[in-house]
Amino acid sequence: MPPLSLTRLMLRDFRSYPALTAGFHGRIVVVAGENGVGKTNLLEAISLLGPGRGLRGARILEFGLHGPEGPLPWAAAGRFRGPSGEFDIGTGTPEGGPAERRVFRLDGQPAKSQADLAERVAAVWLTPQMDRLFQDGAGDRRRFLDRLVWALEPHHAREVAAYDNAMAQRNRLLAGERREGRAPDPAWLAALEDAMARHGVAAAAARRGLVGRLNAALEGGITGAFPAARLSLHCAVAAALDQAPALAVEDGLRAGWAAERGRDAAAGATLSGPHRADLGFTHVPKSLPAALCSTGEQKALLVAVVLAHAALIEQTRGFAPLLLLDEVAAHLDAPRREALFGALAALPAQAFLTGTDPAIFAPLRGWRRCSAPCPGRSFRMAIFPCRKPPESLYYG
Amino acid sequence: MIEHDPVEHLIGLLAKLPGLGRRSARRAVLRMLMQPEQAMLPLAAALRDAAAAVRRCRLCGNLDARDPCGICRDPNRDHGVICVVEGVAELWALERAHAHRGLYHVLGGTLSALGGIGPEDLAVQPLLARIAEGGVEEVILALPATVDGATTAHYLTDRLKPAGVPVTRLAQGVPMGGALDVLDEGTLAAALKARRAV
Repeated sequence: MPPLSLTRLMLRDFRSYPALTAGFHGRIVVVAGENGVGKTNLLEAISLLGPGRGLRGARILEFGLHGPEGPLPWAAAGRFRGPSGEFDIGTGTPEGGPAERRVFRLDGQPAKSQADLAERVAAVWLTPQMDRLFQDGAGDRRRFLDRLVWALEPHHAREVAAYDNAMAQRNRLLAGERREGRAPDPAWLAALEDAMARHGVAAAAARRGLVGRLNAALEGGITGAFPAARLSLHCAVAAALDQAPALAVEDGLRAGWAAERGRDAAAGATLSGPHRADLGFTHVPKSLPAALCSTGEQKALLVAVVLAHAALIEQTRGFAPLLLLDEVAAHLDAPRREALFGALAALPAQAFLTGTDPAIFAPLRGWRRCSAPCPGRSFRMAIFPCRKPPESLYYG
Repeated sequence: MIEHDPVEHLIGLLAKLPGLGRRSARRAVLRMLMQPEQAMLPLAAALRDAAAAVRRCRLCGNLDARDPCGICRDPNRDHGVICVVEGVAELWALERAHAHRGLYHVLGGTLSALGGIGPEDLAVQPLLARIAEGGVEEVILALPATVDGATTAHYLTDRLKPAGVPVTRLAQGVPMGGALDVLDEGTLAAALKARRAV
């Protein structure tokens, strides 16, 4: 079965690109160039062809190239080859529509929802901003985990959004009580807590399930020579699911939130629930929590998790996600870089790598020149910026 | 001046309607302008008549030329069953299905703390008053399967409990003629949860 691959990308007025048409006829595409030439913008455009807000999590207004009167309407379109054949996905601001709206097209037709895209395309990414994942708050690690779950279970995004929505409404009602001294309608609060319990338990169960599967994949040595990582989910709701059926956990949450209304009103926030979950990483060979590891080791842990995740998606959905690895190789020492390239070669996934120094990708060139490690697979290299026509974008 | 151009003015008014963008409004106006006598003047008269005659039903909140509306007046309908809907569009959808032979109650929205819509903004009290009058044997909640819809349904169930009237809600699951493998996971899970003996 052919891996999911992006064969052509077209951009119009996207970030730093007034216009771009590029073909990607390879399984590993390297985008090398100096700072500011648009390497990450290119990866971001690819990430926007799937569901979500892309690898920078940016607002829609930030995507348009800046003209004299502000951001211009933008468009990004990709042609993919996947297990079910060739298809096109396009996204951008609607023609003549508001600049803060984004629309999707699937094979030229309006996509009904982002879930339609999720069925065809998945992308996982690592960016330099994610290096702070171990230092930043639990929210970033939770969002990282949610994105991993979402790629495997498109429904998860809806559960998390529904939970967040109900919780925001509960907080608003409780804040009204604090501000105006008016007690909120208890039946309304109970209705919101019911929604939080149903969606929150579903979200926690999905996170718990994925962490278990990722750990099983990592223990099975799915990342090859890459150092193994182990994940741990710190979430009271997920822990409760180990002891009791989901319906009982839902009842417990409802009762808990009902009892904690006074405390939460005083705090101005809901202080317990699956939105407080955190994700822990352990460097298995050293038995060290990630926060105590070196920057390079932390990067290696993230890469291991992302590779294991890609392999899980491939097992579950029949196609591996696109791997968008921004400035990843530069942080790794030579043996780890070799391990990364080896793991990428073993995965049936298309990978996009960026870097400022083309020399660090030299091992890839070597593979291409000699016989490919896997029959029928070739590696290409792209250098940006490129003044040559798109078809001569590659060398290898 | 463009802004005083009657054609542009008409296109602008039509484009504000749901389901019509400027492009479709322009096409509709162009078609009407081809035959103003046959297409425009009767439309203008129909708009005027509807605006003058149609009112909210004081019992259920439906829009009708009569008050109470035709549904509430109909002696052949089951006055013991009230179906609660978010708006008139949902009432019309259920009427098109010919599946409900009882009465309706239009809530006028769903609860939304973020949207500033509370119970007092919805027709909750009139619903409780209708039930207090007696004769209601079942209340069907036909609200959207969204967070706000589910919250409103839960809220109404709680408020209706003291009245002792059985409250039901619409099933969620496999659509008629739908194949299982194309259903989203949420709908499939809801359908499995709501399975029943055959």
